[in-house]
Amino acid sequence: MSGFLVRRLGLALVQLVVVASLIFLLVRLIPGDAARAVAGEIATKEQVAAIRAEMGLDRPVWGQFLDFWAGLLRGDLGTSLISGREVMLDLPPRVANSLELVLIALALAVLIGVPLGRWAALRADRAGDHLVTGAGILGISLPVFVLGTLLLLVFSLWLPILPPERFVTIGQDPAAHLRALVLPVVTLTAASTAVIARMTRSSMLETLSADYVRTARSKGLAETLVVRRHALRTALIPVVSITGVELATLIGSTVLVETIFGWPGMSSFLMNAVGSRDYPVIQAVVLSTATIVIAVNFAADLVIRALDPRTEAV
Amino acid sequence: MATAVPPAAPPESRRAPAWRRALRNPRISIAGGLLLVAALAAALAPVITPFDYRDQVALPLTGSGLLGTDDFGRDVLSRLVMGMRTSLVVAAAAVVIAAVLGVLAGLVAGYLGGWTAVAVTRGADILLSFPAVVLAIAAVAILGPELRNVVIVIGVLYVPRFARIVYVQVLTVRSAEYVDAARVMGAGPMRIMLRTVLPNIAAPIIVQTSLSLSFAVQVEAGLSFLGLGAQPPLPSLGTMVAAGRDFLEVQPSLLIHPAVVIIAIVLALNVLGDGLRDLLDPRRAAR
Repeated sequence: MSGFLVRRLGLALVQLVVVASLIFLLVRLIPGDAARAVAGEIATKEQVAAIRAEMGLDRPVWGQFLDFWAGLLRGDLGTSLISGREVMLDLPPRVANSLELVLIALALAVLIGVPLGRWAALRADRAGDHLVTGAGILGISLPVFVLGTLLLLVFSLWLPILPPERFVTIGQDPAAHLRALVLPVVTLTAASTAVIARMTRSSMLETLSADYVRTARSKGLAETLVVRRHALRTALIPVVSITGVELATLIGSTVLVETIFGWPGMSSFLMNAVGSRDYPVIQAVVLSTATIVIAVNFAADLVIRALDPRTEAV
Repeated sequence: MATAVPPAAPPESRRAPAWRRALRNPRISIAGGLLLVAALAAALAPVITPFDYRDQVALPLTGSGLLGTDDFGRDVLSRLVMGMRTSLVVAAAAVVIAAVLGVLAGLVAGYLGGWTAVAVTRGADILLSFPAVVLAIAAVAILGPELRNVVIVIGVLYVPRFARIVYVQVLTVRSAEYVDAARVMGAGPMRIMLRTVLPNIAAPIIVQTSLSLSFAVQVEAGLSFLGLGAQPPLPSLGTMVAAGRDFLEVQPSLLIHPAVVIIAIVLALNVLGDGLRDLLDPRRAAR
């Protein structure tokens, strides 16, 4: 396991380095002049030159690249071109707010999706299975911003169970914080639950017909034990890897969901930066989301390794 | 095992061709038919819409016309058909880019192996470790909020999905006898890849195309919803949902109509993709 751990950690670090470098290049190699874009249409040549110097864009790309990395290693993500504040001051609380939504939604998706998929697989081609399969395909077909807006219409306006509220932190008023959390989390979790249930179902069906499961049955094990000890464990391997993929999807979806429900996460930070072409902020948000995805895929691979009996001894 | 396809498939010559089996499959024919109608309506949008999507035809937010008017007094039905056209054209163009580049990369990596394979598979892994929507927002923001850029960004983001699938498939057929046969007959690498290997791995590519279209429609609509895609007055299904959000209390139908159209299109694409996968993948069909 330790050799695998080292190799997998090495891969994650390489991924991080490449991803960060790509983000740096993305901002600089894109056609168009970033400084002019920041300065606006009517800026004079001198103003554009001043902004270019301030952004460090007047120096050779290699020098900028080294500065970028020196900053990253010090935990410095640069300074917002608009507010003049260090990005590291404003980013962490935003990321924390977004992660709160994403992680609750992902946990719910696993807690609901896995049992649901298992239940459907055990009654394949019967009414309950068709119900889950049908709901599953509907679930993955509801674009997150459409579902969010529809939920807002139904639960905030038509049946005002959850009227729109101002965001408060959990410290200020826990009950109000949880009420504000419900609709965004439900919106986020719907599609992921469907994806995980579908994956669990098809993976269970595959393992239930595998030879070692037939062997377990033929040696007289009770069906519940066969399912729990033999089938489910192997069936969960692809479920764990799709859960890692779902996290990346959820981080993207949360940008839309936060916009709809006014949740102060990365979304408003990113969208304001996009509106004003605040490159250091855009760069920092993309980098932090990619880092989260790489870290979670790393964790998912460790879990898969632990679940898979074929790799246990290695 | 109450499926239509018997577990032991009949000999190849007696089995109906895939397209005929597809037509007989209710999921595929219903979803495909719905998409065909949507595509036709989108193609003929300027001809069949009762009004120009830019024109004020009645008082704002009234019930005039089949689906009423929006906040500028424009005909909602006409804008809905035009919006569907925008969304479908953007999604289709993006998926064509993704499929062509991805299939080429996967074919070359799978056929040549070696460092090409390492470069393509590692590159795909890295591109997939970005959350697609966040990267799309950033890239469109940097390139400028235009539909052309949305097409490019979605297209590039989906290249790895095609490249991976094709790569794995090529590995499984690369050493097949018919590939060796083609090589012995003197076919060059290009001819083998495009004429011998590609037709034999078409099934998973077709399935991936259908599922990618469903994602592309959602991402385009999401970007347009955020104001980064279609720019007014051109409607897209995403901008229409965004506009409907502002009038939830006054006229919820402004939200509900585009929402229903998006859900119907995405649902049809997913049902079609699932149906094709079950039909074309013998391992799954046997269940």
